[in-house]
Amino acid sequence: MFEKEVHPFSNYLRSAMIPHIWCPGCGNGIVVNCFIHALDELQKDLDKLVVISGIGCIGRTAGYINADSFHTTHGRAIAFATGVKLANPELEVAVISGDGDLFAIGGNHFIHAARRNIGIKVICANNFNYGMTGGQQGPTTPIEALTTTTPYGNIELPFNLVHLAAASGATYVARWTTLHVRRLTQSFKRMLQKEGFCFIEVITPCPEIFGRRNKMKTGLEMMEWFRRASVVENFSDPAKAEIMPEKIVVGEFVNVEKVSYEKLLHEKIAKINEKRMKW
Amino acid sequence: MSEKRALLTGAHFMNGDVACAEGAIAAGCRFFAGYPITPATEIAEHLSERMPEFGGIYIQMEDEIASIAAVIGASYAGLKAMTATSGPGFSLMQENIGLAVMTETPCVIVDIMRGGPSTGQPTLPGQQDVMQAKWGSHGDYGIIALAPSSVQEMFDLTIEAFNLSETYRVPTLLMADEVVAHMWERVVIPSSSKIKIVNRKRPHGSPNKYMPFMPDDDMVPPIACFGEGYRFHATGLTHDEHGYPKTQSSEVQSKLVRRLCEKVSKSSDKIIRIEEVMLEDAEVAVVAYGIVARSALSAVRRARKAGIKAGLLRLITLWPFPEAHVAKAAQQAKAMVVPEMNCGQMVREVERAAKGTPVNFVSKLGEDPHTPMEILEAMRRNS
Repeated sequence: MFEKEVHPFSNYLRSAMIPHIWCPGCGNGIVVNCFIHALDELQKDLDKLVVISGIGCIGRTAGYINADSFHTTHGRAIAFATGVKLANPELEVAVISGDGDLFAIGGNHFIHAARRNIGIKVICANNFNYGMTGGQQGPTTPIEALTTTTPYGNIELPFNLVHLAAASGATYVARWTTLHVRRLTQSFKRMLQKEGFCFIEVITPCPEIFGRRNKMKTGLEMMEWFRRASVVENFSDPAKAEIMPEKIVVGEFVNVEKVSYEKLLHEKIAKINEKRMKW
Repeated sequence: MSEKRALLTGAHFMNGDVACAEGAIAAGCRFFAGYPITPATEIAEHLSERMPEFGGIYIQMEDEIASIAAVIGASYAGLKAMTATSGPGFSLMQENIGLAVMTETPCVIVDIMRGGPSTGQPTLPGQQDVMQAKWGSHGDYGIIALAPSSVQEMFDLTIEAFNLSETYRVPTLLMADEVVAHMWERVVIPSSSKIKIVNRKRPHGSPNKYMPFMPDDDMVPPIACFGEGYRFHATGLTHDEHGYPKTQSSEVQSKLVRRLCEKVSKSSDKIIRIEEVMLEDAEVAVVAYGIVARSALSAVRRARKAGIKAGLLRLITLWPFPEAHVAKAAQQAKAMVVPEMNCGQMVREVERAAKGTPVNFVSKLGEDPHTPMEILEAMRRNS
């Protein structure tokens, strides 16, 4: 009676891995959706794409996207991706992971990959807590937020991820929320066309684990917060790009041209061998 | 310049770290990621100079965790890859060695053993990491570990480590000690056509039917590389033949983990290499490895001169443990002597395999390796 409908982006997804593991109201699906749209609009060759993730809810993305993919140990996605990109610079290497994975246990790899300007594209789904393990405090948890390990309110200052990325040397830095679907997709497209280390922070709702402890019980309520508080301030000082209950600064913060590590490295290798030829 | 002309051949005078680095290049290694640490640093230094000459990649990472992660990534991107470290770095690498085991990544990890625990004795030799080599990462798994006794073997066994790693899709460890790494000796390098090189088994059939963790009869799955159109998934989670996570299935877990153990243990006859010296009629059998085996050999020769029927079983392969060879030597011997630069590690395996033949452990810590006289004395006491 009904014709079997095929999802228009089914070729971008590994159907055997669907349904996904994410909770109702989670924003991770929007991150994947926008990323896939960006790939599609750019007509990216999926055979040359490698999606790499660490551990955490968003870390399962590597399994859902129908490209070569690798789900690494906790925090090590960027270091793994560095090996992939240097070994085969022709590959488009995307790291999609969470705030805890990339900035707590993996923070050292992030700043060094940005400093070296390795041409990988890093996407951080920032949900302000460790969702998969049940909602513990993490490096982006806002002050006074309630989590399972800050039952009296968080007293740790959170990282400002876009400021950290900019200071570490990223060539492209942006922050959006999952409400900014079109701008986020545009940003993904811009990032996928750039050389060097790129970073996009996506603020995502985590109502089941984070929101319900912080007076936002549904995905909709969290999205309401993003709508109410977000202010687009493109190319403003990332140091001042705050995430507060009343104001979330979003936008593009950095977009500069800088030769990537892998390009410099392979140029160097070519030069060394040219010199040897002359002997 | 063609690769063949740039490869070293003939006789050279070099140290063990440099021989290891040259062995890696000869084996076809084209990716090195590492972090400076005594006494393994010279491997990195030498490869930073040599890798570019072969179009290979050298990168100094921010730590050892990143180094092994990058090595696994490079291997999946198609290059033979290696890292080198010492005790503290080896400890840091353990979690990702488990990832390499779980994702069946061919790669080589060199551990130049110094005195531990912790920062210990950076410039002195040790053999304190040999159990960590087997059990260092969490969970059950099979692993291959080799122990070179000379600078020549630093070259030869590095190649062997790559060959084994490529054959069995298992991270392979070169467990050398500081003396072997820093000692200078003559190394003879055959022409590249005479060096046996093994490359990983590649998938056959169409990419969309490829199952990255479906083993052949040898229990080893063929390996595709990123960017070749296979579009496969790999994960550190318990996974099925497709590489998809199946974390709730006892059947998948049991099948996978048993295969990870058995693909090594069931091929141990093909993997294990030992050297037997005058063991045929030995009443006192010394079991040794690494630099200590050199002293042991000298001790055995002196013992023979003194009328003691002594022999040496040198372990070239530490893991899988050469159990049958030890058992055979123990059957005939009245006593076994095991000298090690630790508080007693491989000796436990020897005791287990010796099945009742008395095993005498000779421990040495914190200084030069055992002298031949020290080992000879232990043999005299037990002859």
